[in-house]
Amino acid sequence: MTAEPLPLIPYAEALERYGPTIGLETHVELGTRTKLFCGCPAQFGGEPNTQVCPVCLGLPGSLPVPSRTAIEYTIRIGLALNCSIASWCRFARKNYFYPDMPKDYQISQYDEPLCTDGWLDVTLDEGEAEPRHVRVGIERVHLEEDTGKSLHVGGATGRIQGADYSLVDYNRAGIPLVEIVTKPITGTGAAAPVVARTYVAELREVVRSLGVSDVRMEEGSLRCDVNTSLAPRGSAVLGTRTETKNVNSLRSVERAVRSEIERQAAVLDARGKVALETRHFHEDTGITTPGRSKEEAEDYRYFPEPDLVPIAPPSEWVQQIRRSLPELPSARRERLQAEWHLSDADMAALRNADAFDLVAGTVAAGASPADARKWWLGELSRRANETGTALSALPITPDQVARVADLVSSGALNDRLARQVIDGVLAGQGTPDDVVKARGLAVVSDDSALQAAVDEAIAANPDVAEKIRSGKVSAAGVLVGAVMKATRGQADAAKVRDLILERLS
Amino acid sequence: MSDELTTMTAADLSAALVSKDVSAAEVTQAHLDRIAEVDERVHAFLHVAADQALAAARSVDERRAAGDDPGPLAGVPVALKDVFTTTDMPTTAGSKILNLWQPPYDATVTSRLRRAGAIILGKTNMDEFAMGSSTENSAFGPTRNPWDLSRVPGGSSGGSAASVAAFEAPLAIGTDTGGSIRQPAAVCGITGMKPTYGGNSRYGLIAFASSLDTPGPLARTVLDAALLQEAISGHDPMDATSISDAAPPVVAAARQADVAGLRIGVVTELSGEGYQPGVLSRFSQAVELLESLGAKVTEVSCPHFRYALPAYYLIAPSECSSNLARFDAMRYGLRVGDDGTHSAEEVMSLTREVGFGAEVKRRIMLGTYALSSGYYDAYYGKAQQVRTLITRDFEAAFGQVDVLVSPTTPTTAFPIGERTDDPMSMYLADLCTIPSNLAGNAAISVPCGLAPEDGLPVGLQIMAPVLADDRAYRVAAAAEAAFTERWGHPLLAGAHGLDHRSETSTTSETKGAGR
Repeated sequence: MTAEPLPLIPYAEALERYGPTIGLETHVELGTRTKLFCGCPAQFGGEPNTQVCPVCLGLPGSLPVPSRTAIEYTIRIGLALNCSIASWCRFARKNYFYPDMPKDYQISQYDEPLCTDGWLDVTLDEGEAEPRHVRVGIERVHLEEDTGKSLHVGGATGRIQGADYSLVDYNRAGIPLVEIVTKPITGTGAAAPVVARTYVAELREVVRSLGVSDVRMEEGSLRCDVNTSLAPRGSAVLGTRTETKNVNSLRSVERAVRSEIERQAAVLDARGKVALETRHFHEDTGITTPGRSKEEAEDYRYFPEPDLVPIAPPSEWVQQIRRSLPELPSARRERLQAEWHLSDADMAALRNADAFDLVAGTVAAGASPADARKWWLGELSRRANETGTALSALPITPDQVARVADLVSSGALNDRLARQVIDGVLAGQGTPDDVVKARGLAVVSDDSALQAAVDEAIAANPDVAEKIRSGKVSAAGVLVGAVMKATRGQADAAKVRDLILERLS
Repeated sequence: MSDELTTMTAADLSAALVSKDVSAAEVTQAHLDRIAEVDERVHAFLHVAADQALAAARSVDERRAAGDDPGPLAGVPVALKDVFTTTDMPTTAGSKILNLWQPPYDATVTSRLRRAGAIILGKTNMDEFAMGSSTENSAFGPTRNPWDLSRVPGGSSGGSAASVAAFEAPLAIGTDTGGSIRQPAAVCGITGMKPTYGGNSRYGLIAFASSLDTPGPLARTVLDAALLQEAISGHDPMDATSISDAAPPVVAAARQADVAGLRIGVVTELSGEGYQPGVLSRFSQAVELLESLGAKVTEVSCPHFRYALPAYYLIAPSECSSNLARFDAMRYGLRVGDDGTHSAEEVMSLTREVGFGAEVKRRIMLGTYALSSGYYDAYYGKAQQVRTLITRDFEAAFGQVDVLVSPTTPTTAFPIGERTDDPMSMYLADLCTIPSNLAGNAAISVPCGLAPEDGLPVGLQIMAPVLADDRAYRVAAAAEAAFTERWGHPLLAGAHGLDHRSETSTTSETKGAGR
C-alpha cells in the first residue's frame, strides 16, 4: 500500500504518546525420540528426506498414531506454566495448501487445547536496585506437528519469490511442536521489549529444566513470533497488531518489539492505519518489513481430526506428572540466592553474564559459591570476552572449574598456577589434573626443597632478615617474593612465609 | 473342473485345499481363467495380478506340502478394492490423479490377507475415491452388473461386488463409507458386511471420510464373508481409531445361524414412499421368514434417521475436502503444468482440475463450504449433532430389540447412465445404509429374493449394535439358510445376463427366487 516506509519515531518519543501491548507465540520442538505421529527419529540434522515414512510423508492411506511421550511433555510444560490440563480435548486439522505440508493440512489443536489459562512470572533487570516482577498470562499450550522445510534455490533473498526452484526436506515434518501463546501483555510501557525478551528467556529456562526440549533458538527448536500493537496512552482499546516472524535470538525479540513500536508510532502519528499483517524481522538492520497480509485472513477450516481419538489424560496421570516436575528455575534461583547469600544485584550480575547455571553446577561439584563466582565471573568471563564465545560455550565444565578451585583451596595450586591450568584445559590438554601433571604445575610443597630456597633468600638479604628478627614481620614479604621467584611461582606463598618466620624467630 | 472351482464357496475351497484335493495354483488359475473369460464385459478389475497371484498360490502349496498349516483362507482367491495400498500392484482409488501410483507400503488389510495366505487376484474397480453408488464415477469406466450388463453393480465397491457375483473371485474386500459394501452386495445378489467402525484397520485405505470408512468383506455366502472378516479384523496399532477389544467371533456366529427367540425390530422410517414395490414386498417376506424361524418381530421407530442423508452429505464431504488435499502433485501421482512457467500453487490447481472427476470436485466444494468460517456451526457442527441423535436412536432401539432390519437399498440395480446427471437420486441409493455409518455399528446385507417387476436382486439389511457383528452374521446366516431352502438353490444360481451359467439356469429357477 504505502510505497515508502515512514521514518521511525524515536523510542522515547513514541512511548510518550502510545502504550504498547505485546503477545508472544512460541513454538518449542519437543525432544522426543520419535516424531509425533510415527516412529521416525525426531533428531535434528539428518541428510534431507532420510527420516521419513509413509505417515510423515502423508502418503495416501497412511494414518497418524499419537506419541504418548509428546502428550506427556506437553502436559509437563502446561503444569510448569501453571495451566489447567484439559481432561478431554482433541486434535484438529488446520487446512491450507503448501508444498512442505505433506497432507496439505497440519494436525494441530484449535478450540480444545491441552493446557489453558496459566502464567509465568518474569523478573526484569533494568539496572535498578529493586528488580521488577511481571506476571505474564498464558492463554494456551497446545501440541501440533511441524511442517517440512523448504529450501528456495536461486534468487537473491532465499525466499520463494524469485527462486529458480525449491527443495523440500520432510525430515522435520511431524516433529512434535508445542505452541505456547501468551495473553496480551499490557501496561509494561517502555519495558515492553525487555519484558518480551525476558519472558522468552525465562520460558526457555523452564522448558529446558523440564528436560523436554533442547530449546536452541539457532537450530529452530525454539521459535518465536512477536505480536505488537500500540494504542494512544490511556486508551482502553487495543490497537491493530502485527505479527513479527523470523525472530531468532533473545536479542532479536527485544529489538523486534522496539522497532515495531517505533514504526507503528510513525504510522499512527501520520494518522495512518497499522495494517494487520505478518512482518519479517531482519537481524542485520534491526527493522521489520511487511510479509503476508492478514486482512483477507486465510480460512483454515479447522475441524476435529477424525483419524484420532480424543486425548483424555486421566487425572492420576496428570498428578503423577505434576509430582515428577523438577524444581523450576525461578524457585531454584531464589533458593540458591539465599543459600549463596547473594544480593539481588549480585544475582543480576550472575544472570546477565549467563553464569548462573555454570556457577550452580560448579557449586554442585563441590566448590564454594564464592570460588565458583570468582572463577566464572572473573577469569572465565574474561576469556569468553576475549575469544568472543558464550561463557557456556567455553570448553571447560563446571566440574573442571570446581576441581581447579579445589586444587587452590588445598594449597596444591595458587591462583597464578590455577590460571595456567585453565589455559591448558581451554587449550584442550585434558582435565585440570592432566594439565597439572603434564606441565608440572604443582605448588612446591617439598619442605626440604623449599627450606633450601628460604635459606638462600635469607642469606641473600641479610638486612631484611635482621628486620624480621627484630620483630618487623611485615618485611617478610620481600623474602617471600624472592622465594617465589626462585621457585618460578610454584610454591605456596603462605607456607613460604611460615617457613621464613619459623627460621628467623 | 475349472468351472467347478469358480462356483465353489470359499469355505468349500478351503476344505478342498486343506485336504489337498486341489492345489492353490489350480484354484488361482481357474479364477484367472474366469476373469479372462468375462471381465472384458464386467470390468470388475482395474488390475489383474496374475503372476503375483500364481506365485503366492505356489508358495501356499509348498507350505502345505511341507506340512505347514497356513490357515483356512490360504490358497483362497480374493479380489481387493483398489483403495487399499499394495506394494506389488498399482493403487488408483479409481482416480486419474494417482496416475497408477505404486505404493511403497501395504495396507494392514493387504498384509493380513497375505499373512492368511489368501491369493490377491487383483484390484477392483470403484467410484473415484469411493464417492458414488454405481461405480460410474470410476475414472477408468464403469463396472457392469453380472445380472444385467446394462445395469450398474452399485458402488462404490461395485468392482468387488461384481467380481464375486460373476464368479471371478469367491471373496472380495470392499469399503463402506455410506453403504459402499452393502448396497453393491444387495444389487448384485451377494452378501456384504460393514463391520463395526474400528473393527477393521483403515491403515493403507485411501481415505474418503475417515470417521465413516470401514473395510469389510463381500462374498457369495454369509459364512464366507465371516471367514474373510475374521482374517482381516482385530486391533491394529497403526490405526488410532482401531478398537482394542477382541474381534467378535463372526465365523462361529455364521455357523450358528439361528434366530429363535431373537428380538428383531423393523425400522419404521426405512420404508414407504420412494421404495420400489418389489423391494418392499421381498423385504416383508424376509421379515415373515425370520418370524417363522422363531424371531419376535416388532416395529421400531428411529425418528432421526430421516436426517441421516443430509447429515452424511455434510460430514463425508467435509472430511473428504481435507483428506483429498494431499493430492497436490508435489510428491506422487499426476503432475500437470510443471513446465517452468507455473508456480507450485498453479501446478497444484491445474493437476487437481485435470485429475479429479466431477463428483469428487462436487464433494470437495461442498465440504470446503461446510467447514468454512461462518458456516461451520450451521453445517458441519449441526450435522455432527444429528449424528449424535442418530446414535442415540440406535441405542434406544437396541434397548428394545437385538437387531434392526430394513431393505438394504430402496431400489434394485438401475440402468447405467440413469442417475449420473442427478446426484440427489444417486445419493438416495444409500438412504438405508447411511445411519449405521454415522453410528458406527455393524450392518450386513444378504439377498432376500428378486423384485418381481424386474427380476433383480433385493437385499435385506440386518443392523446390530457396535461390536455385535457376530449377531448380524447369525441372523443373516439363518435368513440365508431358510431362503436357500425355500428357493432350492442360492440366489446367484439364477444370475442371468453373463454366460452359460445363466443361460443354462431355467427361467423357473429364477422366478423361484421371487416366489
